[in-house]
Amino acid sequence: MFRTPIKKLILISILALGCLYISIPSKFSLIGKEFNRPNLDIKIANTTIKRNFDMRFGLDLAGGSHLVFEADTSKIAADKKKTAIEGVRDVIERRVNLFGISEPTVQTSTFEGKDRIVVELPGIKDTNEAITLIGKTAQLIFFEIKDIPATKTSSASAIPVATTLTGADLQSAQVVFDSQNGKPAIALKFTKQGGDKFAEITGKNIGRVLPIVLDGQMISAPRVQAKIVGGDAQITGNFTIEEAKALSVQLNAGALPIPINLVEERTVGATLGAESIQKSIIAGVVGIVIVCIFMVVSYGFLGLVADFGLIIFGLITLALYKLIPVTLTLPGIAGFMLSIGMAVDSNILIFERFKEEKLKRNYSDALEISFGRAWDSIRDANFATIITALILINPLGWTFLPMSGPVRGFGITLLLGIFISLFTGIFVSRNLLRVFVKDGKNKK
Amino acid sequence: MINWMKYRFVYLLISVIVIGSGVFSIAKWGFKIGIDFTGGIVMEYKFPDGNTKVFNYSPMEKEKSDKIRQNLKESGGVEIRFENIGPSIGPELIKKTVIALCISASLILFWIAYQFKSFKFGISATLATLHDSLVLLGSFSLLGHFFGAEIDFLFVTAMLTILSFSVHDTIVVYDRIRESQNKFIGNIYELANKALNETMVRSLNNSFTIIFMLAALILMGGETVKWFSVALLIGTISGTYSSPFVAVSILVTWDNLQKKFKKP
Repeated sequence: MFRTPIKKLILISILALGCLYISIPSKFSLIGKEFNRPNLDIKIANTTIKRNFDMRFGLDLAGGSHLVFEADTSKIAADKKKTAIEGVRDVIERRVNLFGISEPTVQTSTFEGKDRIVVELPGIKDTNEAITLIGKTAQLIFFEIKDIPATKTSSASAIPVATTLTGADLQSAQVVFDSQNGKPAIALKFTKQGGDKFAEITGKNIGRVLPIVLDGQMISAPRVQAKIVGGDAQITGNFTIEEAKALSVQLNAGALPIPINLVEERTVGATLGAESIQKSIIAGVVGIVIVCIFMVVSYGFLGLVADFGLIIFGLITLALYKLIPVTLTLPGIAGFMLSIGMAVDSNILIFERFKEEKLKRNYSDALEISFGRAWDSIRDANFATIITALILINPLGWTFLPMSGPVRGFGITLLLGIFISLFTGIFVSRNLLRVFVKDGKNKK
Repeated sequence: MINWMKYRFVYLLISVIVIGSGVFSIAKWGFKIGIDFTGGIVMEYKFPDGNTKVFNYSPMEKEKSDKIRQNLKESGGVEIRFENIGPSIGPELIKKTVIALCISASLILFWIAYQFKSFKFGISATLATLHDSLVLLGSFSLLGHFFGAEIDFLFVTAMLTILSFSVHDTIVVYDRIRESQNKFIGNIYELANKALNETMVRSLNNSFTIIFMLAALILMGGETVKWFSVALLIGTISGTYSSPFVAVSILVTWDNLQKKFKKP
């Protein structure tokens, strides 16, 4: 199967067409007509395969916020640090998910004892609101008032003392409107255990105030009328609707086990991103056209074959970006363009070799030998680039290496570019030439 | 056949002059270091009259920066970019970058030494990449002083990439020397000359294609990747130069010295 060059060419054409289908945007207009490319939606037996082939853009292109928080672990025992950080991540993840934006990511990173949480929010509108909501520790504690009997030095007084009832005992929190004054309030539902604690506390404190404190600030101090069993309670503070909503989000997501600080913020507006995409596409097309012309001018027919290989390279690359999917960032685009320059390199190496070899032997033998000999250089040279690309990608997440999104994006597109260029520069152009050069020999 | 290696000391002299002026610039003016390393705030706003303006601040409290943002918003500006980097991020980044550079350089050194069965080859190639890194650093000190180019995150990426590109080119020349070593008898001086004659056109043509792509990016790719592309371009040119003229020159010089000392 697929032994002869012609059959291989057919295989390559099918591959190229498949990639073309995936590469084109889902909506585009050509010669004044609108086209729609349907997404993959196949039903085989009982399983449906559904894939949309949309390019995924990073924050710098799509717009959005990149936030880095540093966790204050100074008061945490070393052996509990890891759990605490993971707890922070989970809580932030739950809070972030409530924003309803697509594909937010929350990751932890540790370097030299500093624990960070990296949050990426693509397409977010109000970053400040997000920062406030993410950073709130949301430690909810119920206090009770303890009487201190009069002593010789001071008269009788009362101080608030924390009970064991906290936000951890909550099952859910919900915004409601107070039935008496119509103001926003928060309805709390305790877990079974929490409900029992609450019943005990209210039972002990009938007729007294029960301060409710969030992050060190008292938000309300209702007076207990009767023992409350069943695990339901309501907080009525002086909330606006927004405040009540934010509070319920925080309470639902759980409290942050440790406080966190914002140490880095990068926000890109959606317009800047769209502009960058536009400019990069233009730059890319212009660059590719110049490279194609250069190849034809330098190598004639051979150059044309290389250009054909280059187009297939572009199609496969774009298709793979969509399939894997690779999140495309600006440095990633630069990596793609650099790999185009490198993709032509294997062809240049082979063609220069071919110029030498064809003086010594016939056309098709010279061609085979050039491909064979150039391979050693191509392999050794690309291996060095692969090493660098892997270090930039840092696939094992080593903490002593850079781990930022843009650098990684660049590394991924560079690495993919090398592998695809090995395929197109060697397999594709070799078979193309095998088919056409036979005719070239006959003509001679 | 051009006797390239005859002039090897001229090439080394050119490199010394280029790197020398870079080092001079670094010593005199240093670098313009971006907020990725120093910490601070950059904000870009678009105003109703169509102008965009970039504001730079040193690190400050969130309340203060919020106030500035509020003021800009009230004067009709639309925020298109906001970056606030804490001062603690930079030193960490430098450390990580240096580690990445070292790992990548030593892996490549060993790979070449293994492939060409000689540390002479590996070390010469590594010196050539060091040459390119110095050229790049030096030119960015100059570009920073005269045109405001900043050393940022992307510069670091460019530097790592150039490292691999430079080695890529060097390996192609080495490969030709190795191939000739098996077929012809001759000293490295002659073999190197032969290899350079065989690879010079390829080397230039390949660099041209990369230069075309990068030039397109610099001229049309927008502000964000401009200096990144410039760094890659400088690296590409330096890398193309350093492979035949630095790596091979050092290799030949080394080989000559070795022979002199072996046969007194």
